[in-house]
Amino acid sequence: MIEAVNHVSLLLIPAFILFAVVYGALKKVDVYDSFVAGAREGPQIILKIFPYLLAIFIAIKGFQASGAFDFIRNAFHGMFSFTNVPLEVMSMAIVKPLSGSAATALFTDIIRTIGVDSTATRIAAIIMGSAETTFYVLAVYLGSVNIRNTRYLVPVCLAGDVVGIVIAIWVA
Amino acid sequence: MNAVWLVMISVSIVFAMFTGNLEAFTKSIFEGAKSAVEISLFLLGIVSVWMGITRILEDSGLIYRIAHLFKPLVSRLFRNVPDDHPSISAMTLNILANLFGLGNAATPLGIKAMQELDALNPEKGTVTFEMMVFIVLNTASIQLIPFSVIGLLASYGAKNPAAVVLPVLVATLTSALAALAILFAFRKVFK
Repeated sequence: MIEAVNHVSLLLIPAFILFAVVYGALKKVDVYDSFVAGAREGPQIILKIFPYLLAIFIAIKGFQASGAFDFIRNAFHGMFSFTNVPLEVMSMAIVKPLSGSAATALFTDIIRTIGVDSTATRIAAIIMGSAETTFYVLAVYLGSVNIRNTRYLVPVCLAGDVVGIVIAIWVA
Repeated sequence: MNAVWLVMISVSIVFAMFTGNLEAFTKSIFEGAKSAVEISLFLLGIVSVWMGITRILEDSGLIYRIAHLFKPLVSRLFRNVPDDHPSISAMTLNILANLFGLGNAATPLGIKAMQELDALNPEKGTVTFEMMVFIVLNTASIQLIPFSVIGLLASYGAKNPAAVVLPVLVATLTSALAALAILFAFRKVFK
């Protein structure tokens, strides 16, 4: 099953690009000119996204460097000590929505210090696989169309993250 | 986002003052700026590639045929999107790329989907319900096989790295459904 999905995912992008250009050529589209015309939109989109990414990244890095992150993690750990969730898993749950690279670093740290076949690693792996770096997705997607009024999207996404983490701990 | 950002920045600075981490905080601002530039450059490459490929799909009309094909699947979630609209193709391709763990295709296609959804937006600058549904589906990160996690577990010699596949799938699907349920509940309340 995993092998099969792996093969499909390796094949998917090349096959899709081949299909797109051959179909385009059959429909008498100048595929090279089309590609270049489309790609020209890229830099404008990135220019829109950049300031949002910048704002999010300095906030997240600053939050980690200031010690505020550790304080909140310890507070959460204290509040939920009755659940017996390891401190490292608590960090994972808070880090994952904020930063993908930090989450990966933490995950390898949990594997190395607690053990690759431990419960903590198992929960962390499920969080790694099932949660997304929410703030990055929000910055990129909303930034790409200059959305300033996000209505109730941010609380919904954060509530979704909380539910996801509870489920991850529960199924582990 | 204004409130989130304000709280994060001000709490960080106050904390840094009390914990003596002011120097680290200042350094982290510049590290954050550097990461934003690096990621933007990376995105510039892959987003441009996919904008080019999707333009071929548009010029050949394929994007409308893909939209037509997948309309029945997405029409219940995205009621205000017209039939055969290009956003349907971009969203479907984004979700497929996510399912197969192809992040480098998923993000640019997601951006493309946002551009197309914004074309339908009567109030520019304000997020539409369709955009929220799409973003919630993306933040739930539905994927069939978490290859990177399995790879990491395997490289550290886990007994059975593939054992995480089923729990991850269960967790990701239930959290996606829960997030959608929360979103639809919010719409009822704030309408």
